[in-house]
Amino acid sequence: MIRTLQKYNAIMTGNEAVAMGAKLARVRFISAYPITPQTTIVEKLAEMIANRELDARYVEVESEHSAMAATMASELTGTRSYTATSSHGLLYMHEMLHWVAGQRLPVVMSVVNRAIGPPWNIWSDQTDTMNQKDTGWMQVYCESNQEALDTILMGYRIAEDRNVMLPLMTMEDAFVLSHTSEPVNVPEQKAVDDFLPELDLSYRIDVDRPMGYGSYSTPDGPFMELKKDMHDSMDRARKAIRSVTAEFATSFDRNYSGLIEEFLTEDADYVLIASGTLASTGKYVIQRLREKGYKVGLIRIRFFRPFPADEIRKAVKGTKGTGIIDRSISFGSGGNTFLEVSSSLYGTDNPPLYGFIAGLGGRDVKIEDFEEMFRIMEKKEPGQYWINIRRGD
Amino acid sequence: MFEIRFHGRGGQGTVTASRILALAAFEEGKYVISFPFFGTERRGAPVTAFTRIDDQPILLKTQIYNPNIVVVLDPWVLDNGDAASGISQDGMFIINTRKKPEDFDLERKTFTVDATSIAVSLELGTKANPIVNTAILGAFAKATGLVSLETVVHATMESSPNKKQENADAVRQAYISVRIG
Repeated sequence: MIRTLQKYNAIMTGNEAVAMGAKLARVRFISAYPITPQTTIVEKLAEMIANRELDARYVEVESEHSAMAATMASELTGTRSYTATSSHGLLYMHEMLHWVAGQRLPVVMSVVNRAIGPPWNIWSDQTDTMNQKDTGWMQVYCESNQEALDTILMGYRIAEDRNVMLPLMTMEDAFVLSHTSEPVNVPEQKAVDDFLPELDLSYRIDVDRPMGYGSYSTPDGPFMELKKDMHDSMDRARKAIRSVTAEFATSFDRNYSGLIEEFLTEDADYVLIASGTLASTGKYVIQRLREKGYKVGLIRIRFFRPFPADEIRKAVKGTKGTGIIDRSISFGSGGNTFLEVSSSLYGTDNPPLYGFIAGLGGRDVKIEDFEEMFRIMEKKEPGQYWINIRRGD
Repeated sequence: MFEIRFHGRGGQGTVTASRILALAAFEEGKYVISFPFFGTERRGAPVTAFTRIDDQPILLKTQIYNPNIVVVLDPWVLDNGDAASGISQDGMFIINTRKKPEDFDLERKTFTVDATSIAVSLELGTKANPIVNTAILGAFAKATGLVSLETVVHATMESSPNKKQENADAVRQAYISVRIG
């Protein structure tokens, strides 16, 4: 007898959920170059198009740089466009990421977070997307397959908001989400259509109405003003994120609470800040520690761009210690999230801050590793620490 | 929460086994998560996959280090790997082998099933590379009682791209023929 959990109607991997999200968003153009571990996203979408379940044009190209160039051109015609990539493929797109954002094109792209070589490593690591934080793309880290699907739908709404008009990338951890099967609720197409109307780009390429795109600016031209407007739009995006998330909660009964999610932080002495699946495992550990009487909590960063500085300031206030986990590092400085949080708290009466570099190249971050982080916050001086690092290698 | 770790070799359907089990438990109203340890996949190389089953949403996303149940699709990995590593005190083994449970000295409850012969007789895979994943799940259902035979059969048929009936038969034959230690 089949009696599945009422809330869910399918078991899907992260990549299958993401592909389903793109289909439900009725993307009309996909250009991609396969790279592990995102390959199954674009494979699935190609299959949907071949089976006529999705009415979209699929253009295979010879590189990720070209994939993003094609996506940019397609979006410029007013067509909702999509691509997915990972790791080195994302780095190869880097130049075009600036061009898509600078032309204010609301593209949504999915990235499966994977390490950058050398040495070659296909496992989970956020260095690839942290390297793109300055491109003008909004960035959302997901912790479940459901969130990965839903974020595509919310992502297009936020990106296409007239007050925002910036591209958005959704992130899922390699293998830990991309190849992991979980219960997912696939929403009805009708409900998605009501939530996400068709794209209506106000300055699309039109042969009857010629315009210059990308163009040229001297130092006294509008260059600097355009950059300021991108920055201001990131600020305006905060409001759009909150309202779209709230509307999504009303329509689909799943509440993602905005730029961050707070988990048992209210009375917490010590909190961890994490993103992606590390936040999920972190919550599990915190539940166990709470049962033993420890007052601990977690802040999950969903949006890294725009960065949730105000939210974090409020959430860490009054804690005895705040630890920031990074699955990436900026060599010569520190964990990227640690740096952003530190700068957000500058000039405030901030708690002692601890940076934890963990899980690089897919090294599993275990229950005892999280417990170690709390021990360090309780016993040691503030600073940056490497977690589960082998000595003498 | 039940934590199940599958050990096999590339080509036996180890990852699929972990996913079919998750689907079956999901179809019985449980929360599930299923994932492979993704290495360099090639035929014959050791493969590990994981399934968690719980009444609560599953937040824990680490690999499984202290499994309640270890499922061995190829006895070779028992001698040439870490299949037994960390198994809980009250844990159990389910092993694809011609041997009897008493032939093993694993200090845990041990069940055996000749999934290879079942797969070969039903022409699942080839004689050299039989796909034993569906047969071992029949043994799992009987040994653990965690999922019913009928849901495993249903999940198996839903997950099999072809030879649906043969795979369902493999589940049923293994359910009947599993040896209890």
